[in-house]
Amino acid sequence: MQLTNRSKQVSNKEMTFMERAYLPAIATGLGITIKHFFAKKVTIEYPEVKRYLGPVFRGRHILKRDADGKERCTACGLCAVACPAEAISMVAAEREKGEENLYREEKYAAVYEVNMLRCIFCGLCEEACPKQAVYLRHDEFVPVFTDRDQVIWGKDLLVEDMNNRYTREAWTKEEAKALDDKRANGEVTNVTPRPVP
Amino acid sequence: MELTEFTIKSITIVAVFALTLVIAMYSTWAERKVAGFIQDRRGPNRAGWGGLLQPMADAGKMFFKEDFIPALANKWLFIAGPSLAMLTALLASAVIPFGSTFRFNGVEVPLQGVESNIGILYVFGVVALGVYGIMIGGWASNNKFSLLGAIRAASQNISYEIAMGLSLIAVLMMSSSLSLGEIVSQQHGGNWNIFYQPLGFIIFLTCSFAECNRVPFDLPECETELVGGYHTEYGSMKLGFYLFAEYINMFISSAIISTLYFGGYNYPGMDWVYNQLTSAMGTATGHNIATLIGTAVFFGKALFFVFFYMWVRWTIPRFRYDQLMNLGWKKLIPLAIINIILTAAGILFLKPIITQILN
Repeated sequence: MQLTNRSKQVSNKEMTFMERAYLPAIATGLGITIKHFFAKKVTIEYPEVKRYLGPVFRGRHILKRDADGKERCTACGLCAVACPAEAISMVAAEREKGEENLYREEKYAAVYEVNMLRCIFCGLCEEACPKQAVYLRHDEFVPVFTDRDQVIWGKDLLVEDMNNRYTREAWTKEEAKALDDKRANGEVTNVTPRPVP
Repeated sequence: MELTEFTIKSITIVAVFALTLVIAMYSTWAERKVAGFIQDRRGPNRAGWGGLLQPMADAGKMFFKEDFIPALANKWLFIAGPSLAMLTALLASAVIPFGSTFRFNGVEVPLQGVESNIGILYVFGVVALGVYGIMIGGWASNNKFSLLGAIRAASQNISYEIAMGLSLIAVLMMSSSLSLGEIVSQQHGGNWNIFYQPLGFIIFLTCSFAECNRVPFDLPECETELVGGYHTEYGSMKLGFYLFAEYINMFISSAIISTLYFGGYNYPGMDWVYNQLTSAMGTATGHNIATLIGTAVFFGKALFFVFFYMWVRWTIPRFRYDQLMNLGWKKLIPLAIINIILTAAGILFLKPIITQILN
């Protein structure tokens, strides 16, 4: 039975003089390596140049605000329950009078912490969230920790900045694929990202 | 007068010494860069522009590591090993003619450490001593893998030295001089030995790969079989010296190859350039600039061979030990002897006919 068409018949024939002389073979090899010497390098110089990882990459978390700049999270705790690594913890609080422009619902998360050492970036929190408040950004990593204090991210790092809102180009793998194909064909050069709902 | 000559000689020797060290230092950088480029990578590019400060960083690392001597090693020989390797590697650079002469106030200064009438013999003597550094180091380590590596290095060097010497004899038969300066000046005017000795050149090149313990003959440090080879027990700057000695040897042998076979500092159209320069800028300045151009050409040739060493290293796999010995004893030595006979026949019968036709 033949599984692939790449199999090669093993041959045990005597080598010709040219093959035994070894030097022509070396010359061929040197030709191949010198071609690679002048070839374009595939290296991406990481900290300076970052590769685009696709529109559905799961990077660092973000706590979204709505169009008016109110926080969406109601501290229901479903993300913490869904989290397989138990990385999320929160403290709920009741919204006071005069804070209506800060929080969308009557209950909000006074403290919302993600332990970035525990997080496995599976995206289950994103799927569990009924208020579409927590997302994993497709465009930013969690940077390297140099201190223990940097490991647990609080609301100061997680809540969205209204001057620099987060949007996505695609939402499913199918959408991402279609986008990639369009890019490859040169049909789209610059896509306006779809806002996170 | 006596003193000035001494000063001039000292300055040349120190310059040659420093130059060899700098070139060996940047060979380590070039090696990593060439390896990277051949493997479609970029090589070191963080320390300084294009990674040019990488050798300094490496040397700094080597110096600051713990200088460790194993408890059961022979302390004195353990230190003598790398020292000897370094010493013999550096000694050979003294007789290489890097260029013609400089003229200062009527004093001719040759660009050569020592003009010796047995230059090439001296080089061979010193290179043959190089195996002691490896052998002593490997033996003093009191480690079986080191010893095996050292034995391999010794037997390999001895085997290939024979073929190397024999291939050289053909060159010497043509030049009828052992002086490197004389051999170079005989190759003046595109009369390079490579055109007369192609077979000898290939043998010599192969043997110098083996002498420098470079791929495909780097069996003394074959990691898969011998851990690290003769320098398994070495660390810190002592390991650095061993690695450095290898790069110095590489440069020296490249320089020797370009001296013996590629005309040293000679290049096509040399006389025309010399005449142009001397008529344009006066005898002394023109002469000095012509010498500088020749030296640059010489370094170009030598560095090309250093590059060639690296190019080969990242192209072909190493030999098996029996293949190495077969190649050395059964192929290269007979070939070298045939080459001698052919050269002798050529000098005896062909040369008179050709000179007759030309005249």
